[in-house]
Amino acid sequence: MLHKRNPQLNAHGELIHLLSIEGLPRDVVTHILDTAGTFLSVNDREVKKVPLLRGKSVFNLFFENSTRTRTTFEIAAKRLSADVINLDIAKSSASKGESLLDTIANLSAMHADMFVVRHSESGAPYLIAQHCAPHVHVVNAGDGRHAHPTQGLLDMYTIRHFKKDFTQLSVAIVGDIVHSRVARSDIHALTTLGVPDIRAVGPKTLVPGDLKGMGVRVCHDMAEGIRGADVVIMLRLQNERMSGAMLPSAGEFFKNYGLTDDKLALAKPDAIVMHPGPINRGVEIDSAVADGAHSVILPQVTFGIAVRMAVMSIIAGNEA
Amino acid sequence: MKILIKNGRVVDPASGRDEVADLAIAAGRIVAIGPVSADFHANRVIDAAGCVVAPGLVDLAARLREPGHEHEGMLESELNAAAAGGVTSLVCPPDTDPALDEPGLVDMLKFRARKLSLCRLFPLGALTRGLAGEVLTEMAELTESGCVGFGQAEVPIQDTLVLQRALQYAATFGYTVWLRPQDGWLGKGVAASGAVATRLGLSGVPVIAETIALQTILELVRATGARVHLCRLSSAAGVALLRAAKAEGLPVTADVSINSLHLTDVDIGFFNPAMRLTPPLRQGGDRDALRAALADGTIDALVSDHNPVDEDAKTLPFGEAEPGATGLELLLSLALKWGADAGLALPATLARVTSEPVRVLGDALGSLASSAGRLVTGGVADVCVFDPAQTWLVTPKALASQGKHTPFAFEATGTALPGRVRATLVAGTVAYEAAAATPG
Repeated sequence: MLHKRNPQLNAHGELIHLLSIEGLPRDVVTHILDTAGTFLSVNDREVKKVPLLRGKSVFNLFFENSTRTRTTFEIAAKRLSADVINLDIAKSSASKGESLLDTIANLSAMHADMFVVRHSESGAPYLIAQHCAPHVHVVNAGDGRHAHPTQGLLDMYTIRHFKKDFTQLSVAIVGDIVHSRVARSDIHALTTLGVPDIRAVGPKTLVPGDLKGMGVRVCHDMAEGIRGADVVIMLRLQNERMSGAMLPSAGEFFKNYGLTDDKLALAKPDAIVMHPGPINRGVEIDSAVADGAHSVILPQVTFGIAVRMAVMSIIAGNEA
Repeated sequence: MKILIKNGRVVDPASGRDEVADLAIAAGRIVAIGPVSADFHANRVIDAAGCVVAPGLVDLAARLREPGHEHEGMLESELNAAAAGGVTSLVCPPDTDPALDEPGLVDMLKFRARKLSLCRLFPLGALTRGLAGEVLTEMAELTESGCVGFGQAEVPIQDTLVLQRALQYAATFGYTVWLRPQDGWLGKGVAASGAVATRLGLSGVPVIAETIALQTILELVRATGARVHLCRLSSAAGVALLRAAKAEGLPVTADVSINSLHLTDVDIGFFNPAMRLTPPLRQGGDRDALRAALADGTIDALVSDHNPVDEDAKTLPFGEAEPGATGLELLLSLALKWGADAGLALPATLARVTSEPVRVLGDALGSLASSAGRLVTGGVADVCVFDPAQTWLVTPKALASQGKHTPFAFEATGTALPGRVRATLVAGTVAYEAAAATPG
């Protein structure tokens, strides 16, 4: 079968949408991180604005609830001087009566320049990118289990900030990997940037063996997974996974895989601890760790705004 | 009406006949193959020089979406699609709305199809009422109405006791039960488990969804003696179980779809909803095993798995898109493509879409069993005349089916398909005739 070009790149290999980190050339990823670095200082100014998206309309289109991610995108767009319109369409497009593409067509008629999309179905932003007008850009703010590329990029920014070089690192990702778009985006980004040792840690229900195909080492034992790691990324355990056939209870998960100071002692002495938030204290991470010296959870949030500014300004500057 | 098909290459897979000859048709039957007596005065002569004259194709799995889903396919458009594809007999599964669980529904469907006289229609009756997996249907009544077997379409019976009784009951009267082996609990995903589904974050259907169901079915076949046709196998492991079951002598047959025969999960690409199919597309090793099994006869028949889906139901995120693709007009070409790839002679290739599916149907076809899917003097004149040398580009808009979605659209594949139907005859009547041949 014939395969079409990666839909997030134009014919010159420039980023026109951000749909997934998978398939992005390393220099595109590095360029985003470098650009984010230049925006960090904007956030420290008294007037926290640059005019790069002045006159542009950014629609935050959230088919799935998320206050935090939506807010960081809103702040990022506003700091780029864009007009921001937030639409919380908590129900899926199908049950709402209007089809996803009808919604997109209507908003396009309102002269949207960029859609920031969160959707519960993997691949939904691809459908939107394929059907919107050529001048409209799409940023994936999380689709199903598939990808959360801005989270992946801000995680890379954070790792680079604290560890400088990717090529010697051991990174452990712990928790519900199989249902996690964050884990997938992190794994693609880490492999793209040359991290030699990525471990996926958790029970077999949440970390199945076939994840190996993504270039990770699968560990079902927490001690083995975390030993000697430079970076420990804890994932949020969704409420619906905490009891049922995936896991018997949140308590038992914490006992085996929750990050405590004792377990963290197995990692490198200068290891950093990351979490995409919002954290479940006492489920995947102990408060002492979340608030401790190794935690970089709050810097992640700060960097996230700069990274989203970088993504939006870069794609807005490239033509289809 | 007397028709003479002249100078074609007459290929009859069942007898092995493969020679240039004339075919004379009168009163719906083939009256001569080869020398045609001088006093046969045809009303119509079809010049088949350079073409293959084959039995009409027999498709064991085509949905017509009627009754219940008329916006997605209508009997007339879909039977026209069958005729355009050279298909002269097709078996439709019972998952219409309402399900084919009452003789009246089957009577009506058969009656409407007969009036159109485009293609013979052989419905499968629902094995359980409303396909709910609880109460058996009146199988004897449904058989009298024309059902050729009983199945559950895409709705597996979860209760093993009900399945056992359904097979016992069907075995009592010699009815064939058609089951697609898929465990109802493990089969809830939207793509085959594997590297692609993992990467794309799509929920997976593991191979064991097929093999667990197969093991259950095969054990029940051993216990009940029921004859079972296994619909649309998708995996190498499933093929291995089928091969062992046949070696053991169990009364089972099986088919595979054109999609599983030619595609893999890699073709999903960037969430292409045209690749949302049931069974889901699996990996290259599975496809290779299916192709080999069809070639060596372990799998008996190739089916179109025709399932017209309308535009609104397909332009959705992959997991929400309705599974299915149009297929009736592609069956012949994709059979020829597979046969050429496998290095099979034309009669052997055509057998998988003509005489072999008829053998699967067996006595359920009644008097047709001896001549459908074959070209025999005195037999029914269901004929497909096609040009094997002509290639064509699949253009969804130009298809007769109301279902325009196909993984094989030229726009997506960049590949032309071999073989173009020139004329289709059902019971000696021209059901389809191509407009002046235009090279593709």
